[in-house]
Amino acid sequence: MYNNREIMETIKMIEEQNLDVRTITMGISLIDCMDTDIYKSCEKVYNKIYNHAKDLVKTGDFISKKYGIPIINKRVSVTPIAMLVGVSGGDPVLYAKTLDKVASDIGIDFIGGYTALVGKGFAPGDLELINSIPEALATTTKLCSSVNIGSTRAGINLDAVKLMGQKVREAAELTKDFECIGASKLVVFCNAVEDNPFMAGAFHGVGEADTVINVGVSGPGVVRAAIANAPKDASIAEIAETIKKTAFKVTRMGQLVGVEASKMLNKPFGIVDLSLAPTPAVGDSVAHILEEIGLEQCGSCGTTACLAMLNDAVKKGGVMASSRVGGLSGAFIPVSEDAGMIAAAEAGSLTIEKLEAMTAVCSVGLDMIVIPGDTTAEVISALIADEAAIGMINNKTTAVRVIPAIGKKDNESLNFGGLLGYGPIMPISKLKPNTFINRGGQIPAPLNSLKN
Amino acid sequence: MNAVLSVVGKDTVGILASVASKCSEYKANVIDVSQTVINKYFAMFMFINIDNLTIEFNDFVDELIALGKAKGLEIHVMHEDIFNLMHKI
Repeated sequence: MYNNREIMETIKMIEEQNLDVRTITMGISLIDCMDTDIYKSCEKVYNKIYNHAKDLVKTGDFISKKYGIPIINKRVSVTPIAMLVGVSGGDPVLYAKTLDKVASDIGIDFIGGYTALVGKGFAPGDLELINSIPEALATTTKLCSSVNIGSTRAGINLDAVKLMGQKVREAAELTKDFECIGASKLVVFCNAVEDNPFMAGAFHGVGEADTVINVGVSGPGVVRAAIANAPKDASIAEIAETIKKTAFKVTRMGQLVGVEASKMLNKPFGIVDLSLAPTPAVGDSVAHILEEIGLEQCGSCGTTACLAMLNDAVKKGGVMASSRVGGLSGAFIPVSEDAGMIAAAEAGSLTIEKLEAMTAVCSVGLDMIVIPGDTTAEVISALIADEAAIGMINNKTTAVRVIPAIGKKDNESLNFGGLLGYGPIMPISKLKPNTFINRGGQIPAPLNSLKN
Repeated sequence: MNAVLSVVGKDTVGILASVASKCSEYKANVIDVSQTVINKYFAMFMFINIDNLTIEFNDFVDELIALGKAKGLEIHVMHEDIFNLMHKI
């Protein structure tokens, strides 16, 4: 039996410290929907998603009430659409609109999988899909898109990197009257994972089962509160221990929700993603955890070390709590979605260069960063290449999701609303990497020994 | 199956009675109660068995939250699994 203190602790975590399950994401394979006629293909896609996921929202709400845990989002991820385009040909935007429509009809928050995997080259459908991304994101509301441009085993496809710099800019330009929101739903990966439940990068990998339930938890507020309760003179090892114990509790909740949802929906349970996902709400910030550990503000010297410790401790606590761990599993550092990061960026304490260093020790990458509207496609490509190189060499997932603030002055900001938050424009180097980017070709896969 | 019911709020006459009668109305069996008043604030934890509930558990939760709202109390009803999993290895 548990005692009153434990009951109060759980209730406090949920009521005061913003503990929640960020998402239940159903992965659905669309391999059996492929057809050489794009209209037939779209119809099969709609029907399959509708039939499998029609009860997802209802189930999420039911579990939420049964255990008293908020479940913020219900999402669907699908097989990379580029593969379907490769078979059917035609305008890929038709798939985008189909996915957006079925997402609206079943009431989910986001649908991911408008994706191409081009780490080592372009297969049929890949280029068509990539070229259609800006229009697809401008004409839909719930669709998310991702492109994998490299991996530790394959190296980095610099042709794809060049292309993605252009597409990020175009996605922002096409939605410049709506806070450039198109670019906030587009992420460029190196070492993308196949079972990620988080957006914008979720897609249902080809190695996955037909359908699967993945769960992403959240809980920066709980971790911060636990550290705040520890003595100020506690050693960093004790702080790491506190984080582990808290991560254990948070993950247990995710595991409970995942198992229950998979039982109710009669789908196999996939993974719990151990990521600490912040929201712009006060008290739900990863930056504030770092500050609670003892930094004046996120971005100061010491930030990378604290983040490395936090990321590792969260994994150690979480792994013990769940039967199956996967996805991205780490601390997210999306600037516009984190109240502490926003404050640090506004104060000038946090720079893109520091964020890049931070991504070397945590998942996932340069995330939700607003950059000046006059940033060239080549600079964005080079930023993607830098970030991908960190992922490739360190054998980890990295990603870039930057939003060029088209038509805004450098002292302005973009406000996306909801979970995506708002962010000030952060300065970025304007030096030209054009010759490098225009070389094209493949950055060779790195050596995995002689590590220094 | 058991659930945990927690009630916090300003102390008045009949809080325990009203919560208990709601339980009895829907055949939730009270197994254990711990209750205290600190600085005029009422706090109670009730363990209830929900095997023979006459309505769906989620509707029962709604009923109690509505009772809490009407009486100015913070009432939570949660399935016991969440506490077992979070606090026991």
